[in-house]
Amino acid sequence: MELNRRTLFKIAGVAGAAGLAGRSSSAKASVHARSGAKGVLVDTTLCVGCSGCEAACSEANHLPEPNSPGDDAVFASKRTTGPETFTVVNAAKKSGPAGEDRYAKSQCMHCIEPACASACCVKALEKTAAGPVVYHEDKCLGCRYCMVACPFEVPKYQYTKALPLVRKCTFCAERQKAGQAPACTEVCPSGALTFGTREELVEVAKTRIYQNPTKYVHHVYGEEEAGGTSWLYISDIPFEKLGLTNKVGTTPYPQLTQGALSTVPFVLTLWPPLLMGLYTFSKRREKAEGSHEGPSHE
Amino acid sequence: MSSVIAMPSRTEWLQDKMFMGLSLRDYVKSFLNPTDIVIGLILVTGFPIIAARFMYGLGAVTNLSQSNPWGLWIAFDVACGVALAAGGYTVACAVAIFGLKEYTPIMRPAVLTGMLGYLLVVLGLFVDLGRPWRLPYPLFWSAGTTSVMYELAWCVCLYLVVLIFEFLPAVLEWLGLKELRMKLAKLSIGAIVLGISLSTLHQSSLGSLFLLAPTKLHPLWYSPFLPFFFFVSSISAGIGMVIVESTISHRAFHDQLDPKKPVDIDKLTLGLAKGGALILFSIFFLRLQGVADGGHWNLLATPMGAWFLVEIVGFILVPSLLFAWAVRYRNVLLARIAAVMTVLGIILNRFNVSWLAFRWDAPDRYVPTVAEVIVSITIVTIGVALFRWIVNRMPVMYEKPGYEGLH
Repeated sequence: MELNRRTLFKIAGVAGAAGLAGRSSSAKASVHARSGAKGVLVDTTLCVGCSGCEAACSEANHLPEPNSPGDDAVFASKRTTGPETFTVVNAAKKSGPAGEDRYAKSQCMHCIEPACASACCVKALEKTAAGPVVYHEDKCLGCRYCMVACPFEVPKYQYTKALPLVRKCTFCAERQKAGQAPACTEVCPSGALTFGTREELVEVAKTRIYQNPTKYVHHVYGEEEAGGTSWLYISDIPFEKLGLTNKVGTTPYPQLTQGALSTVPFVLTLWPPLLMGLYTFSKRREKAEGSHEGPSHE
Repeated sequence: MSSVIAMPSRTEWLQDKMFMGLSLRDYVKSFLNPTDIVIGLILVTGFPIIAARFMYGLGAVTNLSQSNPWGLWIAFDVACGVALAAGGYTVACAVAIFGLKEYTPIMRPAVLTGMLGYLLVVLGLFVDLGRPWRLPYPLFWSAGTTSVMYELAWCVCLYLVVLIFEFLPAVLEWLGLKELRMKLAKLSIGAIVLGISLSTLHQSSLGSLFLLAPTKLHPLWYSPFLPFFFFVSSISAGIGMVIVESTISHRAFHDQLDPKKPVDIDKLTLGLAKGGALILFSIFFLRLQGVADGGHWNLLATPMGAWFLVEIVGFILVPSLLFAWAVRYRNVLLARIAAVMTVLGIILNRFNVSWLAFRWDAPDRYVPTVAEVIVSITIVTIGVALFRWIVNRMPVMYEKPGYEGLH
């Protein structure tokens, strides 16, 4: 199977370029991960489901107030983020080892190499060196390709507005610039959210797992998912139960289209001479056969 | 060119070029025929919906959702529109590059169909985009070079220019600008080569768009070969559309054909059918190759697998065999049936990739609203109306006297 694919790619003249592109991209990923970019570690075993993060998020981002925090009724059905709700806490009732409730906050994962930013044709979505994936509303066309691309289904669109925007968690990029922590992490009372540099948080997460090997699932969600994300999760129940998709592989998303995009220069340099050659060939044949009628101007 | 004698008055020019030789009163009256009335009714229904979409947002008229951000307008008007407009580059390649001169009479209608097809794609995008007036942003303002959409924007924009350029001779002949027309003839091969190169790129890029959705598109449709599938199937779409379009237009505009130079449309149809049989046959095996590459044979036994087989057997293998049968037994009707099936198959494929097999396992499936369907019909109707308007005035179906052998 692998052989077939490779052969075909070679025919298209892609293999080398795709390989190179892939290599340079993973190099970029590791640079980002080491550069002191910020992240958040979510320890879902500590989350008590108070939804204080939702309220803080709405306040910091000037969004409508969320459903009354602390009210157990909001956990009856699974909620998703929306154009006016950048983060939601969902419950996995009675899923803990002793039948306790477990909760997980969801928001933009702020991928190290975001699918949304690579999909955006106007650079309205941009990965900053500090960590946040930010949105420039003055550039956005509203094509919604970012929504198609995002494996975590994070970007949300204002369908009811005549002048719509794409909306999502900003990782409080402005607050971070001013030296503050993201609003949600600042308000969390249980220590479930830890804000820090991503590489340190990976170590913190692994330390917790090593020190409590029977408690935690031996995986840091987000360390490698979609090539790595700024937000990391650890848990004592399977991550799918917390609404974290298990379908995302470890390939950074931009790599998925790099091969196809690298064929552009090949087509533009190879096609015209090839076609002109065929044209000359058929012209000559036509002349040799003497089949052209009348004086040709071409 | 003595301006004293020859300059026609403005009214005469209007009457001759715009009103098809009729007086204004007769011209207005000529719209009272079933076809024009139906076209008018569709436009009158569609425009208010488009107006509502711009006043109240996409949510007011569409069923688009946070999890299904692309609907009928992208699946049909853009994805199908681009594929079905492929007749332009397919026939241009056959005639100008491979030297198959016998297809010259169907080249102009094919190029016109292509040009209008792309205009409709842009129109569809205009309705679908959140802020369509920013359409030039990716080109000149903020280049997102890592995006397939960016490449698509450039290619579609440039190709539309190339198509207008390829069709310009008909416009110049209509306006009687012979000198300019002769100069243009020398440049046409360059335009055609550029057009084929750009088509190769953006037909495949349309498939590349979905490479970013490996977890959302069903594995039978998701493949690293998507760009390749989209490009090759655009050729079959081109062939299918040229057969369908030439059959319809040679009937609808029969009175425009030059009786002294009868075009054997049946013979051309069978020639195209041969190409169709070959290309569809190879597409069938390419798609199986996609299944083999992903190791998804087991999925063929699922409901989505059955739907996949409907597409690749019913609308790729079967029309391929019908085309072959039609060529073997010189059965033109069968070739036309196969062409219609090919066109439906392309629509089915683009619908599957961008809609039906996209988030196939999600609880909230997207179904378009009636309003969305009406807007799509409106956009196609605009194309049909423009096609009629142009063919009724410009030398598309026939060679204009004095310009023979120039196409």
